[in-house]
Amino acid sequence: MYVSHLQLADYRSYPQVHLELEPGISTFVGANGQGKTNLVEAIGYVASLGSHRVANDAPLVRKGAERAIIRAAVVKGDRQAVIELEINPGKANRARLNRAPATRPREVLGVLRTVLFAPEDLSLVKGDPGERRRFLDDLLVARSPRFAGVRSDYERVLKQRNALLKSASAGLAKRRDADLSTLDVWDEHLAEAGAELIAGRLALVAELQPLVAKSYAELTSVGGPPVLQYRCSAVPDDAAHVPTGSPQLVDVLHSALRESREQELQRGISLVGPHRDDLRLYLDDLPAKGYASQGEAWSYALSLRLAGFELLRADGDDPVLILDDVFAELDAGRRRRLAGHVRHAEQVLVSAAVAADVPDELQGTRFRVHEGGVERE
Amino acid sequence: MYEGAVQNLIDELGRLPGVGPKSAQRLAFHLLAAETADVKRLVSALTEVKERVRFCAVCGNVSEENECRVCRDPKRDSAVICVVEESKDVVAIERMREFRGRYHVLGGAISPIEGVGPDDLRIKELMTRLSNDEVTELILATDPNLEGEATATYLARLVKPLGLKVTRLASGLPVGGDLEYADEVTLGRAFEGRRSLEF
Repeated sequence: MYVSHLQLADYRSYPQVHLELEPGISTFVGANGQGKTNLVEAIGYVASLGSHRVANDAPLVRKGAERAIIRAAVVKGDRQAVIELEINPGKANRARLNRAPATRPREVLGVLRTVLFAPEDLSLVKGDPGERRRFLDDLLVARSPRFAGVRSDYERVLKQRNALLKSASAGLAKRRDADLSTLDVWDEHLAEAGAELIAGRLALVAELQPLVAKSYAELTSVGGPPVLQYRCSAVPDDAAHVPTGSPQLVDVLHSALRESREQELQRGISLVGPHRDDLRLYLDDLPAKGYASQGEAWSYALSLRLAGFELLRADGDDPVLILDDVFAELDAGRRRRLAGHVRHAEQVLVSAAVAADVPDELQGTRFRVHEGGVERE
Repeated sequence: MYEGAVQNLIDELGRLPGVGPKSAQRLAFHLLAAETADVKRLVSALTEVKERVRFCAVCGNVSEENECRVCRDPKRDSAVICVVEESKDVVAIERMREFRGRYHVLGGAISPIEGVGPDDLRIKELMTRLSNDEVTELILATDPNLEGEATATYLARLVKPLGLKVTRLASGLPVGGDLEYADEVTLGRAFEGRRSLEF
């Protein structure tokens, strides 16, 4: 698939902009702060209904404007779909698909798929476990939309359960008894939704492992091999065996919840479940977080993204690849290898401050971005 | 801001659920322009509803008498109780004209975020009703969302020692709809709850 048109109104720095794009490689070049990333961010937003740079929508709307609009035409085979998103910070966003209003913006998910590489990806390796959980869950949802429901159910259970734990730990003795009587119920729902989420993540990690190893070996000739290990907060560190099936995981979560109940009541938060799990990344048997060099960490992060791209491609979608400002971070060898890896995607969108940073095989159609304007060279 | 009475009316209307400031203003000016008789009728409807309507002593449904229409009806089957969250749900089920049992209105669902626990719902009243041997089946018809499911699980656990038949409404595809329009979550539920066709 590829994006053939992108139109923005009051999005970030752009009052109005209209781009026509083609399959193959397009490069956006311009000095820092001119709006390159805003373009690719908008395309990423259409695919994921979220920005890779900010957690809430308010910064996406141009200063002084009430709402931002993104309109993108996506070509898949011989069909074209037009997605229009209206971003209303503080209010519900609205979406239209082929001019027909969608009841919920979520309905347009899956029309466009993207895999986005950005400088922020380094936090996949060096950042908190939350970054890696989000990487897994986003990929899970992209591959099977059912998990969007599982994920939001789990988050809701967690919120309710935390509210209960908080009131039980602070509450009066009488109230506490009532709270404890419903805690079992929330445990049950947490174990059910949690087990499904963990089972999904475990299956995904197993599929990612060989692809990550392969990408890593292609990107760099030193170090490795990279090994992914999913750490369950419900299973002790030294456990010999972690079950992978959802029904067994329900039991595992139940017994972990029983054991940690006292502690949870004391602290007033949920201490076991997929929200406390981590995807541990090892390189040469050492944790990449502390031991990997900057170059190794970059290669690792890119390998994770590339593996995700390969999985989506194997599912039959050819996602649009977005490389946002990543070449500046890489040495010449890694740039060339990354370019060799991605140039066969149906569409590749590259942003860079300096044209010379982009390897020759990825130059493609060049757009110059300057002061909120975009010009094709 | 408008002067005194008009602004008061707008403020009061704006407190109603689903009415924003703009709608409140429109409603207020509609009332200002309306015939005095029409407004009087609305006023008396409002006072009447507060004076006459109360909640059924047995099931908690809205009622103008001590017991609601369903609880008073001797033809209804006392062996089956259908538990719902709100009186609105009773009306929905009654529209079906199939269910001949009785109801129990909880007055909400368990939701710690909103500070609603089992003690805030009419669960004690339900247990009292179940303590006589007349009831044989309890139908849990709370909403099919997380809070409704949690409330159903809680009740199922609570009444387990009584040895009643406890059932939960099925969830899945809407009848008369198209499969293609169902969202993934609903469709996923429908797949989980699929049954074999036997002849």
